Amino acid sequence: MNPQALARSRDFDHRGRAWYVDRAVTVFVFIGGTSAILFIGGIFAFIAREGLGFVFSEFDAGEFFGSIAWRPTSALDATYGALALIVGTASITGLAMVVSIPFSLAAAVFIGEFARGRVRETLKVLVELLAAIPSVVWGFIGFSIMNSLIIDLFDVPIGLNVLNAGIILGLMAAPIMTTIAEDALKAVPDGYREAAEALGATRWQVIRKVVIPAAKNGLVAAVLLGVGRGFGETMVVLMASGHSINLPDSVFDSVRALTATIAAELGETAVGSDHFRALFTLGILLFMVTFAINLAADTIMRGIRRKGERGRP
Amino acid sequence: MAEPAAAPAPAAIATRGLNLWYGDFQALFDVNLHVKQGIITSLIGPSGCGKSTLLRSCNRINERLGYVRTTGSIEILGQDIYAPEVELVQVRKQVGMVFQRPNPLPLSIRDNVSFGHRLHARGRRVSRSRKEELVEDALRKVLLWDSVKDRLDTLATELSLEAQQKLCIARLLPVKPAVLLMDEPCSALDPKGTEAVEELIWELRGEFTILIVTHNMAQARRASEETVFMLIGKVIEHGLTEDIFLNPQHRQTADYIEGRYG
Repeated sequence: MNPQALARSRDFDHRGRAWYVDRAVTVFVFIGGTSAILFIGGIFAFIAREGLGFVFSEFDAGEFFGSIAWRPTSALDATYGALALIVGTASITGLAMVVSIPFSLAAAVFIGEFARGRVRETLKVLVELLAAIPSVVWGFIGFSIMNSLIIDLFDVPIGLNVLNAGIILGLMAAPIMTTIAEDALKAVPDGYREAAEALGATRWQVIRKVVIPAAKNGLVAAVLLGVGRGFGETMVVLMASGHSINLPDSVFDSVRALTATIAAELGETAVGSDHFRALFTLGILLFMVTFAINLAADTIMRGIRRKGERGRP
Repeated sequence: MAEPAAAPAPAAIATRGLNLWYGDFQALFDVNLHVKQGIITSLIGPSGCGKSTLLRSCNRINERLGYVRTTGSIEILGQDIYAPEVELVQVRKQVGMVFQRPNPLPLSIRDNVSFGHRLHARGRRVSRSRKEELVEDALRKVLLWDSVKDRLDTLATELSLEAQQKLCIARLLPVKPAVLLMDEPCSALDPKGTEAVEELIWELRGEFTILIVTHNMAQARRASEETVFMLIGKVIEHGLTEDIFLNPQHRQTADYIEGRYG
């Protein structure tokens, strides 16, 4: 019999196992893929609900940004001045960047432009391993080793201070910055290097005049992500900064960070109290700053990706 | 019959017993080549015959790969460029290179042209007007000036491929190299671009010694004065272009030229 005559409309309608598996996987990955939107929206809503009440009822912007008096537990006169906390976070992050930017950019240039073969692969793996060290371990190093080291080296009474937290945080942010910066260098087409070398540029001239300008946006994004990381980091700054409310005069003063304040105090506040909601306001501030930094970094990276597609030689 | 070695012109490029390995793979075998000054010499041969490798040895750009080993010598204008005291920067000042794909740097047109010159100025101050002059001269020479003079500050990577390749030639000129190496400079261009760039190369004849690798036999035939035929890492035949094409001395050359392989 002619096989074509055997094909009935039923055969075209037959949904086999593969069809159902395909459907199920499609739905599953769709949920996975779009959940990020859900989570971001959810976190926004949650933080806003908990913190905004305070912002509208008792929030005093002058006090919050202008006063260093963070006395949330005072029975008579609770004040919520976050200036010292903001300055604390900013000073630690700032010092961390002073440490990590030269460090990680140099590491990225070495791995991306100088190291070859096995050295390069080994270094890349090591840097990624460094990025995986839990922050509490870094905090522990700050608390025990760096503390006594700073006391001995600089002859200061306390080693838990901006210097300690800044260095530790800088070392902690460096691996991720290195990895991203190295990706940015790697994205520079090799033809550029070859062209510059053929014109007589030395290796350093190639890097300075061609590779770094071409990778500029990626490098800026790497630095921004490092800043974002430093800003949001909690455990290290809680353990290594001294955790005392203080406007620092020097790197040897102890400070307290926004994140550390939330982590240390949230467990001891009554849900819904003014203190609780004040902590959420700190959270909103942190969230907005890190969100803005990450958004900026992401926009810059997307920019280079687009440009890369257009301008490839 | 004119035997090229009989002419007493000094060599722009002279290789002696040149062997080259990529790792374990030997790409060049005992190459003895004598390229005369001031003319265009084309290197032809099937893919993988080592013509690009030979070209890329002449400015030592091959060494970027890291796993290249060379024995024998290459002399550029009498100077052994593999001698230990030789500085790569000086080699590349004397020997400019044009690549297969136009590779302008991601800088402005102006900066592309002055890039090499700035590198070799070695900290000496060059006046702004002198710089402008160099850029204009170089761009005029490659017949690009009129179309780009109003947009010297735009990115060179946004030019057409033909203009990019001309720019890549222009940026070599301020450095005043003696030798220009060209690695299939027209293979990424359309026929019109090819014609324009070929014409330009022909214009540069005499002022520079040009060694050009090409896949395109018609191009070798119309755009070079001498031709070198290579096969599997060896130089098979070297002679005046018309002799190679009309009266080849080796059967392999004849077979290749007649298109029996390659």
